[in-house]
Amino acid sequence: MELFVQQVIAGISTGSIYACVALAVVMIYVAIGHLNFAQGEMAMFSTFIAWQLITWGVPYWVAFFLTIAISFVGGVIIERVIFKPLDNAPILSHVVMFIALLTIITSAAGFIWDFSIKTFPSPFGSAPLFGSSLISAHQAGMMAVTLLLLLALFFFFRYTRVGLALRASADNPVSARLVGIRVSWMIALGWGLATAIGAVAGMLVAPVVFLEPNMMLGILVYGFAGAVLGGLSSPGGAVLGGFLVGVIENLAGTFIPVIGGELKLTIALCIIVLVLVLKPGGLFGRATIQRV
Amino acid sequence: MSVNLEEAAEHPAVAADIETRPLGRDRMLKIVFGLLILVAALVLPFVTKSFFVFQVTMVMIYAIAILGLNLLTGFNGQFSLGHAAFYAIGAYTAAILMDKAEVSYVWTLPVAGIVCFVFGFLFGLPALRLEGIYLALATFALSVATPQILKLSPLEHWTGGVQGIVIMKPDAPFGLPLNQDQWLYFFTLIVTALMFWMAHNLLRSRTGRAMMAIRDNPIASRSMGVNNSLYKATTFGISATYTGIAGALGAIVVQFVAPDSFTVVLSIALLVGLVVGGVGWIPGAFFGGLFVLFVPNIAESISKGLSGAFYGLILMFLVFIMPTGVAGFIALIRHKILRRGA
Repeated sequence: MELFVQQVIAGISTGSIYACVALAVVMIYVAIGHLNFAQGEMAMFSTFIAWQLITWGVPYWVAFFLTIAISFVGGVIIERVIFKPLDNAPILSHVVMFIALLTIITSAAGFIWDFSIKTFPSPFGSAPLFGSSLISAHQAGMMAVTLLLLLALFFFFRYTRVGLALRASADNPVSARLVGIRVSWMIALGWGLATAIGAVAGMLVAPVVFLEPNMMLGILVYGFAGAVLGGLSSPGGAVLGGFLVGVIENLAGTFIPVIGGELKLTIALCIIVLVLVLKPGGLFGRATIQRV
Repeated sequence: MSVNLEEAAEHPAVAADIETRPLGRDRMLKIVFGLLILVAALVLPFVTKSFFVFQVTMVMIYAIAILGLNLLTGFNGQFSLGHAAFYAIGAYTAAILMDKAEVSYVWTLPVAGIVCFVFGFLFGLPALRLEGIYLALATFALSVATPQILKLSPLEHWTGGVQGIVIMKPDAPFGLPLNQDQWLYFFTLIVTALMFWMAHNLLRSRTGRAMMAIRDNPIASRSMGVNNSLYKATTFGISATYTGIAGALGAIVVQFVAPDSFTVVLSIALLVGLVVGGVGWIPGAFFGGLFVLFVPNIAESISKGLSGAFYGLILMFLVFIMPTGVAGFIALIRHKILRRGA
């Protein structure tokens, strides 16, 4: 029983990584109705920017917020330059563009900062929390930031005009345009926000997994799994989904032999496929109904 | 020619339809082109270096795999970012059969096809409930997980674990005066021709029409009595068969299989090849194969450190200038030539 509790707690602390990434995934999904396969790499690039700033001697929190601002602008620019011209292109062209973006960013990051593994500082310190070895101060801080972010998003989408406009233009672009919302800029805003959240996720994840150009690929799959489990249209669900994925992964690794260390990504696959088949809307998402 | 040009450019499938209309001049052009390509294909291995022969062989193999993906995506409307998994299953089936059971390489192809059909059909069943981006996601996860499953220790006796399996290159049979590369080239050429011919016929059959009806309007096709679930799962199986046979051929030609050759990168390459060649246009698969094999090399020759970035830029450029792939581009050019002639 003790082992079980320990593993659940350890699962929650890894889950906080996935929760953070899942939140970024949901953000872009709500804004543009696509999953961004380059999301992980964009977050990685933002983290490198933060690393560079810190290396230049900028204090951590200044670098933190500066990176968020840079990422926001970067996300908006990417949308304006690359994806706006493809507004009406088929979904496959979008997927291919995400792939192109992914290879460009990975390659550029490797070129600028090379492929060696770098340590990234944590603002919360890496000491164990309250003397317990199960969860470190950094992971507790990460959970706190994720929950804060979630709260901020909740208020943004529920109580601000811009948040409402963003939701409206994702739901029904034509009607949104008719009531005077500038839909195309809303999409750009969604990209900016998603990139900024991705940057936060990247900076929080980096102290745990170390910084290198390929750090996000595996994590992104878990982030997808968390987002799908919670429901792609629900930020709260995605965070909970992320934590759940962490717990499931840890428990399966401990109590099911063989699967343990070797098949970790397969667990994410099974979660994704099972959830999509049994409850495509996720735990908290809305089922989409199509009009014929 | 009364076909709407914009329509043809936007829907490669329509472009393919135009092509089959009996139109004197058009037909002749086609036959001349076909003969030229045939002659070139037969002469090529005798006039070029053996490495180039190997490369062209790989282009044909990728073309078969992309054709499989095209049957699924272009003609049935289902996405897949997971075809590396089926390519891997085909490759491993062939390698294990040759390594453990000493089966002749020729017979590994049908076996790989059957095994992949079963796997594809089974994966197609849960995929029935998924659409668009959700299906892309599920298949993406499949191809991320594939190398890990292949490395699994209980399977190591069969798969050779991380080390993979090394197999022997076959000699030319019947004492033909060909070296191994040349023979494999012709062997692949025959298989490729066969596979494309079968795909062509499949799409012209009742089954093919049902597949396309599902793509165009699932509800309408169901009302006309098409069993959507059965056809979609079967299409997934057929698509996996094509890709699996390509995988088996790939294993024989490369003489080596290992888990890390079948990562998500391969799935992505196949999808990219499909989009570049043209979704829903059979010959597009060859252009896709060319892209998959040669563009990474071109990118590398521009800059070693930034090869990924140049690959991405070339890709973006192609999507911008040819949003419907080579298919739409060729449809446009044909239309211009024909109009000038008329």
